[in-house]
Amino acid sequence: MAEVTKLIHKYLRHEKKFPHVWCPGCGNGIVLGALIRAIDRTGFTKDEIVLVSGIGCSGRLSVYVDFNTLHTTHGRALTFATGVKLANPKLQVIVVMGDGDATAIGGNHFIHAARRNLNLTAIIINNNIYGMTGGQYSPTTPYGAISATSLYGNLEHAFSIAELAVTAGAAWVGRSTVYHATHLDQLMEQAIVKRGFAVVEVISHCHTLYGRKNKLGGPVEMMEWQKQVAVKIEKARTMTPEELEGKITIGVLTDRDLPIYTQELRRVREAARVALGEKSSQ
Amino acid sequence: MINSQIMSHPVLLQGNEAMVEGALAAGCRFFAGYPITPATEISEAMSIKLPALGGTFIQMEDEIASMGAIIGASLAGVKSMTATSGPGFSLMQENLGFAVIAEVPCVIVNVMRGGPSTGLPTHVSQGDVQQARWGTHGDHPIIVLSVSDTWECFALTVKAFNLSEEFRTPVIILSDEVVAHTREKIILPNPEELEIVDRLKPTMPPEWYIPYEDTPRGVPPMGIFGDGYRYHVTGLIHDVRGFPTERPDEIVPFMERLFRKINQHFAEIQMVEEYLTADAEVLVAAYGAVARSAKRAVDDARSRGVKAGLFKLITLWPFPRRVLEPHLRQVRAVLVPELNKGQIAREVKRINQGATRVETLSRIDGRLITPDEILARLLKL
Ligand SMILES: Cc1ncc(C[n+]2csc(CCOP(=O)(O)OP(=O)(O)O)c2C)c(N)n1
Ligand code: SF4
Repeated sequence: MAEVTKLIHKYLRHEKKFPHVWCPGCGNGIVLGALIRAIDRTGFTKDEIVLVSGIGCSGRLSVYVDFNTLHTTHGRALTFATGVKLANPKLQVIVVMGDGDATAIGGNHFIHAARRNLNLTAIIINNNIYGMTGGQYSPTTPYGAISATSLYGNLEHAFSIAELAVTAGAAWVGRSTVYHATHLDQLMEQAIVKRGFAVVEVISHCHTLYGRKNKLGGPVEMMEWQKQVAVKIEKARTMTPEELEGKITIGVLTDRDLPIYTQELRRVREAARVALGEKSSQ
Repeated sequence: MINSQIMSHPVLLQGNEAMVEGALAAGCRFFAGYPITPATEISEAMSIKLPALGGTFIQMEDEIASMGAIIGASLAGVKSMTATSGPGFSLMQENLGFAVIAEVPCVIVNVMRGGPSTGLPTHVSQGDVQQARWGTHGDHPIIVLSVSDTWECFALTVKAFNLSEEFRTPVIILSDEVVAHTREKIILPNPEELEIVDRLKPTMPPEWYIPYEDTPRGVPPMGIFGDGYRYHVTGLIHDVRGFPTERPDEIVPFMERLFRKINQHFAEIQMVEEYLTADAEVLVAAYGAVARSAKRAVDDARSRGVKAGLFKLITLWPFPRRVLEPHLRQVRAVLVPELNKGQIAREVKRINQGATRVETLSRIDGRLITPDEILARLLKL
């Protein structure tokens, strides 16, 4: 059996949950493939993985895979994941969100999760638009772009998700695109094994809504664009700001060892035992 | 109810602290919250006590996050709770609905303050009674308990956890500023003396597990993340396997079961306390701190020759209709004193159907209704 077929049999809820809801050619499928390959390489069992997702086209990803899966409310996936992880730190908790999910309605949870540094993996599929609701502008829609709610051009300025995560204090941040599928596999694998809050921003495409409205072509043309604008971070470091204009750096933006919340918690528990033990013996 | 005779260990506690004792005794080992008056003491005491028991306290970035976190923790097998007041309770509503539809046990305490909005942060109210019933969107059942003294803060918190575990549902406890901050002596029971209920877990081989299968009780066994029963949890209407569905023949049985699992256990869920109701000619129906004023007023009315009785609601929702109805057919009048414009009175009137006269006594100035105010009305009924 081909490797990919084996993985499909192993991880997809193929008998129960297909066909999927995504448009043919959507980047979400590539992200799903990369995620499965990465998890397979880490060697975690299906019982150890909890896949949490938000609401959006991207959020539907969790229903297709045979892990413990949790499809939450819009923007709040990280809060549910925080509870799961704290209740059972042995679980490997992976959170999949859309750009609106993670940085608009869930923006506050996102920066606080980064700051808190639980050992979670956050994967954000950035397709520059609210897909599920029909293509309204999101916090990552470029200035001037056309969307269902910015027909005269978007007035707002876009977040850079990966840089936001770095600034908010995430232990590990990487970015890639769905065009760079094998690179994406590697980044996801690193993010999952990383101890601490790890973020992967995936530049993806919604050709159906964002692509069509902005005359960017179909999935092929949009992925061609991803190839053209992507610059490996090592190379980007040698380039001037002018040369980097309009480019997207891909690779590992930050990798640092920070105190992990669940480990710190052990210290707190010990201190509490001592304090309350002392009190009761007085 | 837990028998307060067999207790062993006297302590002086305020209502909020007693709730923490109740939660810990019930097996709560996860608390997520965001500071808010008049509920903050619950968070503070949890932050001190939970870690010593190997549990987890976390202060989240807001109440939306707190509600999400307790659902996540419960799905991973840990009994969990949050506590807040009006503004935070409003923020929790969407995720509260998630706990209802995904059938995740958890306990939410709302220590009521005057509202709407920021309202009267440090003053008593009972303004959230209808919100507790209908705050989250969509048709849904919910269990809401009301506490009126420090002992009940302990005992009903235990009960709330038990009900949430037994019926796989969020349970809301409505407290109020007076109950939360009144210090009283109670006797904490020994752990062995408490009845503690834990959720039913699946025992069949994982490949046979159907997570949302109907059962006679209507409450399917709950798989715990990591235990080998991999399944899908979602806020979308789902089929028996947990997968989203839009088929009427799957939607209807699911929704019906959600209601049935509560409705067919009304006798167990609907708790009230009756005081001198057997021969009562006038009845006071009260709950929360007001029930204490009402009890005093009933005694005073009796000493003046008026046959008054107290019908104290412990369970507010589902409303204990079947227990109240016989009284409505017997008494001359019912007085419903409450710290709102008649949120429970509305329910009493609805089920009364002309059987008796229902009068309201509202106070909305952030102060407790006094025994004398109730007495004055009782003497005129
Ligand atoms: C509280 C709330 N507000 C609004 C919605 C409607 N809604 C569903 S998905 C979505 C946006 C999805 O966009 P994004 O997060 O970028 O994910 P995508 O669909 O593009 O993958 C919105 C606004 C909702 N489900 N819940
Ligand atoms: S609408 Fe866009 S994001 Fe959603 S499935 Fe279609 S292509 Fe993908």
